[in-house]
Amino acid sequence: MTNDLTESVAEQSDPLEVSVWRSAGDGGAFQAFKVPAQDSQTVLDVVAWIQQNEDPTLSYRFACRVGMCGSCAMMVNGQPRWTCRTHVRKVLDGNRIEIAPLRNLPVIKDLATDMDPFFDKWVAAEGVFHPSKSRDDAIEQINPASAPRARADAGIECINCSICYAACDSVASDPEYLGPAALNRAWTLFNDAKDDGAGVILDAVSAKGGCHACHSMGSCTHACPNELNPMASIAGLKREIAKSFFKRGKA
Amino acid sequence: MTELRLYMAQRLSALVMAPLVLGHIAVMIYAIQGGLSAAEILGRTQGSVLWALFYGSFVIAVSVHAAIGLRTILYEWAGMRGGVLNGVALGICALLLAMGLQAVYAVTAT
Ligand code: HEM
Ligand code: SF4
Ligand code: SF4
Ligand code: FES
Repeated sequence: MTNDLTESVAEQSDPLEVSVWRSAGDGGAFQAFKVPAQDSQTVLDVVAWIQQNEDPTLSYRFACRVGMCGSCAMMVNGQPRWTCRTHVRKVLDGNRIEIAPLRNLPVIKDLATDMDPFFDKWVAAEGVFHPSKSRDDAIEQINPASAPRARADAGIECINCSICYAACDSVASDPEYLGPAALNRAWTLFNDAKDDGAGVILDAVSAKGGCHACHSMGSCTHACPNELNPMASIAGLKREIAKSFFKRGKA
Repeated sequence: MTELRLYMAQRLSALVMAPLVLGHIAVMIYAIQGGLSAAEILGRTQGSVLWALFYGSFVIAVSVHAAIGLRTILYEWAGMRGGVLNGVALGICALLLAMGLQAVYAVTAT
């Protein structure tokens, strides 16, 4: 009964006109597909349907399908989105939908990008844990209501999807720029009482390509599917750097 | 010069400019009451150390600020790098300084 219902919906509406980026070496082109429309269909469903029914050589990446893993991000009608949680109906342009690999990253094939530059920049921004204690020390008590913890909490739900990185025009025009996600991670660690890297973090994010390359245009915050605010995190880093600049004459 | 120093210099020069812009606008509104003449302006500025300092610091701040700002744009939009980038930025700074300070001198010297 339920199946009949779904099928009748599919038959009633026109198929979706889908353009999908297919790469060939350095170049590539959009390829057109017609995909049956369904109720509650996500963009990832559309890509999967094409791969399963039209062309098994279509390459793309996903894992959790519930907005946890951050692996399914693509450009959908020109905007970076998590495709597993993006309803087709929300992004349709007429009856058309254009799906391309994430901006600002090298393409491996079709819709799969090489995420290495993105993660290398997390490390370059000291977005790695700097332990402050050994196993012999007592575990530090953290007051969840303290101001630094609240600042850290505001940024920790990042799923490393690179959507903000794809949305950022400063990343597009400055290949050295660390980008919003890496700087957001650096800011959460800076505010984490268990992290001992405040000094190295400020040095890393104030070097060339650091947070001063951000022009506070906010595309990252606008695009983040988890409603994080990397722009505010970067502003926090700039503030801390300015403070220590006046104190120590450096970051 | 590190990027951080340039960044701080741009913010500090903006900080200097903000009150000067307001002062400049206030004086303009005051000065145009009842018409505007070269003699009236020169009467106010010539021989005035205060006005020389006011507009002199304005010129220095804007030269620093605009040169750093344009350097950023040339880096991001024109793909300029390294010595060429810094040379052009210094050239812009020098040009603005020369033009601005000459104008300040012309209206304040007696
Ligand atoms: C009171 C006056 C001014 C204030 C408060 C001010 C403030 C600022 C600030 C905060 C920025 C940094 C924006 C960013 O990095 O995202 C900036 C950039 C810039 N400013 Fe100004 N500014 C002033 C006047 C001027 C003037 C008179 C010029 C003349 C050319 C100028 C040219 C620039 C340029 C070219 C940039 C670069 C844009 C960028 O880096 O994003 N500014 N200004
Ligand atoms: S606010 Fe900064 S990091 Fe975010 S998109 Fe704009 S330039 Fe990029
Ligand atoms: S900050 Fe948001 S958009 Fe950027 S990687 Fe994390 S979850 Fe994705
Ligand atoms: S598949 Fe995991 S976030 Fe989309």
